[in-house]
Amino acid sequence: MHAVLGLDPLAIGDLIWAPLLIILLKVIVIFALGLLVTMFMVWFERKAIAGMGNRIGPNKAGPWGLLQTLADGIKLFFKEDLLPDRADRFVFKLAPYLAFVPAFLVWSVIPLGGDFSGGKDGLVEWFGHTTRVQLADPPVGILLFMALSAVAVYGIMLAGWSSGSKYPLLGSVRASAQMVSYEAALGLSIATVLLLSGTLSTSGIVGNQDGITNWHVVSTGVVPFIIFMLAATAEMNRPPFDLVEAEQELVGGFNTEYSSIRFGLFFLAEFMNTVTMSGIIVTLFFGGPRGLFDIPVIPGAIEGTIWFIAKVLVFLYVYVWMRATLPRMRYDQLMDLGWKILIPASLGWFMLMAVLQLGRDEGWNRGVVGVISGVVIAVCAALMSAAVRTSRANRDREGAMF
Amino acid sequence: MELVVFVLSAAMILVGAVGVIVRSNPVHAALSLILTLFGVAVMFVAQNAHFLAAVQVIVYAGAIVVLFLFVIMLLGVDRSEDLSTEPFKVQRPLAAIVGLGLVGLVVAAVVSSRDAITARGDGLNVADAIGDGDTNIKQLARSVFGDYVVAFEVTSVLLVVAVVGTVLLTRRVKSSGKDS
Repeated sequence: MHAVLGLDPLAIGDLIWAPLLIILLKVIVIFALGLLVTMFMVWFERKAIAGMGNRIGPNKAGPWGLLQTLADGIKLFFKEDLLPDRADRFVFKLAPYLAFVPAFLVWSVIPLGGDFSGGKDGLVEWFGHTTRVQLADPPVGILLFMALSAVAVYGIMLAGWSSGSKYPLLGSVRASAQMVSYEAALGLSIATVLLLSGTLSTSGIVGNQDGITNWHVVSTGVVPFIIFMLAATAEMNRPPFDLVEAEQELVGGFNTEYSSIRFGLFFLAEFMNTVTMSGIIVTLFFGGPRGLFDIPVIPGAIEGTIWFIAKVLVFLYVYVWMRATLPRMRYDQLMDLGWKILIPASLGWFMLMAVLQLGRDEGWNRGVVGVISGVVIAVCAALMSAAVRTSRANRDREGAMF
Repeated sequence: MELVVFVLSAAMILVGAVGVIVRSNPVHAALSLILTLFGVAVMFVAQNAHFLAAVQVIVYAGAIVVLFLFVIMLLGVDRSEDLSTEPFKVQRPLAAIVGLGLVGLVVAAVVSSRDAITARGDGLNVADAIGDGDTNIKQLARSVFGDYVVAFEVTSVLLVVAVVGTVLLTRRVKSSGKDS
């Protein structure tokens, strides 16, 4: 039964009070932590962007403006909750939750810490019970993340449609097209990681990355990481791929008609997605809670969490940095990048990694394998670019389709 | 426990399925379809087929119904339809006959092979017996890419042909002289 629900080792055997309490504690801590981290992420983003734009940023509520998000949240709660006349009432109310709940659930499969040193496999001892610093470790772990990001599309899509107005609809149609297109590249780069780890479970993926040369960013050869990073940015609708809410053209995008706490939920989901996506990147490519070196004094069980937080912070900063630096892409550029570059590149790289893996298993000559796959990839790339060039020439000859 | 899960997910599936037919708004019908798909995913989990459950959500709920909704929104057919008018007269009695026939066939199949089903009840259940969750996926991979690889490849070719065909059919080649 434990394999069915993906519970951790605690739940095997009879359920007595202590394990149950630990699980309950984990649920509450992870929920509270999720909200708290998101709150500070909003502050961090505003402060960092303000710094990059030579401004001061939030500085009134609390020390260094730390409580600004809390103040904004309280304000949102007390604002009037508008329901547009032409809105589809049920779907309009449902949509914010469809965006928010998946964003939250991804937290449950990310290993937030744990002792992976010396073959301990991420298990830690809490109050005499062995457990993981992770809410659930289902055998299909990383697929659960894919499934949740698939569900999150509905939140944005239905929000735009149910508002009963043009601009939100345009925003949501853009969003769903963008998210569906980039999901393929996202999945293919995850597949490359899975090829090496040989398991779908997130703790298994972390367990496979023993030492920095085995971190998947190195052992899959950087390309899948770059593709994943780009696709994830598009999937989260963050700049430079934020056509979904493109303030200058769409009056705020899919959430134009939303107000009060329903708007707040979308906002929260967006920032929480940034945090969880950074967590997923760290888990997949940067060894999750595994450290570079052993921190003295601090016990192994806490050390993992420290490393995890440090790595996630780096990615959070990169996302803020990208937002402050890069201009928004045009819609056709976005689609070209997704379909004509990222998907073929990730597919090609996946095949290459599969061939190398097979060659290693069968003991083939490495040089021969490399040369042959290099030639095949070059031929495919040439064919692909020829096809793209032909279609562009055709389009120029016939005039624009739309 | 298993009975509770079964009853709940079966209720989800049935409510969704009835909703697809009864709701007059196409978007609501599509949402009901998602409810059905999730119910089926829960059933898969209850049968220990985690991979199928995840794929069910990713592919069906995440891609196919999104595509449905996309088409509904882009074509602007998201107004409520009047279900009482019938443009195609024979359709409903015919559907009733086909539906009854299908139910009859399924019942007949279950009744006649009741023993067979209980005898080999652990089709995908090996994972739990060994205690390794991945076995489920490995087994599936072995049979798809090993035993049935030809059928798998032919199916993928079929899909590619369908996509290429669609693109070709919808493509209008504008010649300079005529206005198409």
